[in-house]
Amino acid sequence: MTIAPARTRTAWPVVDDSQYEGSRIPSPIPTVKRVPADYAEREDIMQINFGPNHPSTHGVLRLIVDLDGELVEGIEAVIGYLHTGFEKSMEQKTWWKCVTYSPRIDYVGYQANELTFVLAVEKLLELEVPEKATWMRTLLSELNRIHSHLIYLGTSALELGAISMFWYCFRERELILDLFEMVTGQRMHTRYFQIGGLAEDIPDGFFPECRKFVDWFPHALADYRTLLDRNAIWLERTRGVGVLSASDAIALGQTGPNLRASGVDWDLRREQPYLAYANVDFQVPVYTAGDVYDRYRVRMDEMRESNRIVDQCLRRLERMQGRPWIVDDRKVVLPPREELHTSMESLIHHFKIVTEGFRVPEGEVYVTTESPRGEQGCYLVSEGGPKPWRVHFRAPSFVALEATATCMHETLVADLIAIVGSLDAVMGDADR
Amino acid sequence: MPAPPAPGAGMSYTDVPGFVEESVAHGETTVTIERERLREACEYARDELGFQMLSDLVATDYLNWGARGVSGYIGTATGRDINFPMTQGLQTQPRVKPKRFSISYHLLAMRQPPERVRFKVWADDGEPVPSVVSVWPTADWHEREQFDLMGIRFAGHPYLRRIIMDGDWEGHPLRKDYPIGGEPVRFSEAE
Repeated sequence: MTIAPARTRTAWPVVDDSQYEGSRIPSPIPTVKRVPADYAEREDIMQINFGPNHPSTHGVLRLIVDLDGELVEGIEAVIGYLHTGFEKSMEQKTWWKCVTYSPRIDYVGYQANELTFVLAVEKLLELEVPEKATWMRTLLSELNRIHSHLIYLGTSALELGAISMFWYCFRERELILDLFEMVTGQRMHTRYFQIGGLAEDIPDGFFPECRKFVDWFPHALADYRTLLDRNAIWLERTRGVGVLSASDAIALGQTGPNLRASGVDWDLRREQPYLAYANVDFQVPVYTAGDVYDRYRVRMDEMRESNRIVDQCLRRLERMQGRPWIVDDRKVVLPPREELHTSMESLIHHFKIVTEGFRVPEGEVYVTTESPRGEQGCYLVSEGGPKPWRVHFRAPSFVALEATATCMHETLVADLIAIVGSLDAVMGDADR
Repeated sequence: MPAPPAPGAGMSYTDVPGFVEESVAHGETTVTIERERLREACEYARDELGFQMLSDLVATDYLNWGARGVSGYIGTATGRDINFPMTQGLQTQPRVKPKRFSISYHLLAMRQPPERVRFKVWADDGEPVPSVVSVWPTADWHEREQFDLMGIRFAGHPYLRRIIMDGDWEGHPLRKDYPIGGEPVRFSEAE
């Protein structure tokens, strides 16, 4: 398999939807689709609440839907039911304690949030992270991407009646969670990325176990394809449903798989390589129909590519055993545990960092990464003190839900569920 | 869609309408714009400079910025209190901000290499900021969020109402003068 390296690509993403005839962004409010004025007077328009508590809303999303029989004529998404005030809470905590908050925002793609926050703090501190930590972060981010896409695939297929998909996807998800547990001690919300590197060294047993997973996963993907790719019901339910055109997707700020399913060839891992992505070989899947089916295909292909990246990271990391996993800067990083018993300075550093935290120089940064759901941004403002002045997360789920109204075009209620599922919004991420 | 400028040509922002100043820090360009001419500037950025995507829109409250004062090793009156960790002062006094709120627009030009810029406007409490929903539809929810949590009024927004908090919520939680841990318990017996 050969791909063109990122550096030779000079054209910007091709956006050609002159042939497109589907729905456009509603006006004047881009995120609300209203019933046409001549319709609104009719008695058979029924307004119902879809959610906030509904098994297929992936958390607590409320959709106010205007129905004409089974046709969706108007829709407005209402969010905020899972608002937890992370941004406010993080302003009250020292920098290193904030790391614990970030994975809990998007509880499916947790390492992506953690990574973005940690990268942003490191940018403010101008820290150089050891190579081993960079590769391990890449590996875990990609495992997390597979994990997130498996949840998407399992739940959205379940909502369309393919119950067995759910069990198959969660079978592999278990394997990934076991790997996370082995490395970090936690199955979810791992808090393994530390400012300056990793919280702990990679355990020896991880490499053979992860290798087993990498070898197995292509077979699992083949299983999923057997179940869905030529499944008549699946194809009927997903093809041509919830179409989003390329230019609308860009105007609505869509990123990640939702954007690539609309035919825009854009992936931050390739366009602005961070971590070790410049040194791994992977393809960026792009499909052009912009419907639910293509979002599914993009994610399926991404899982395959992520598995390849994990494989390449493993090969590198196996040769890096014994190397440092965190930067040796005692003003920022906790000293090794064993030194606390023998070194006065280490004890002081430990005490200072734990009680007072460390100061981060004054400034502001905006760091973006490609999370499983798209462009994950983190905006940080530092006053120069031990706590952040302002933390803001650019949540890809929040932006994805803005597209719900545009995706509704001669949509039936049943398709609504397929569309919301395919946008793959995690409400914790959207509401923060 | 206009042809993109040559990659790596080094963007110049001095022609942006309402340009005030440009600064580079941590490899990121920040362009300060006059508040009144923001929409014009954004249209220019989208159509002439190729920033076709608004990545993020975020407001920051700078109330009491730097009020903690500078503390030395031992600490000053405004500085650290050893009974309360994390209360030590700052190493140096931060730069003074022109107004209370900054609103940052993180723009993205999707080309190779990608270009990012931060447009920034300053506003005091109650001063309206022009809405950019007509430029980038994605700004709809972002502006509603900043209105809800920070109390920024976006003039010309078609649907400016709370999005995260309840419709009848009082105050704007992300403001620095909003108390933490003090909201009344709803549906309690005492109510």
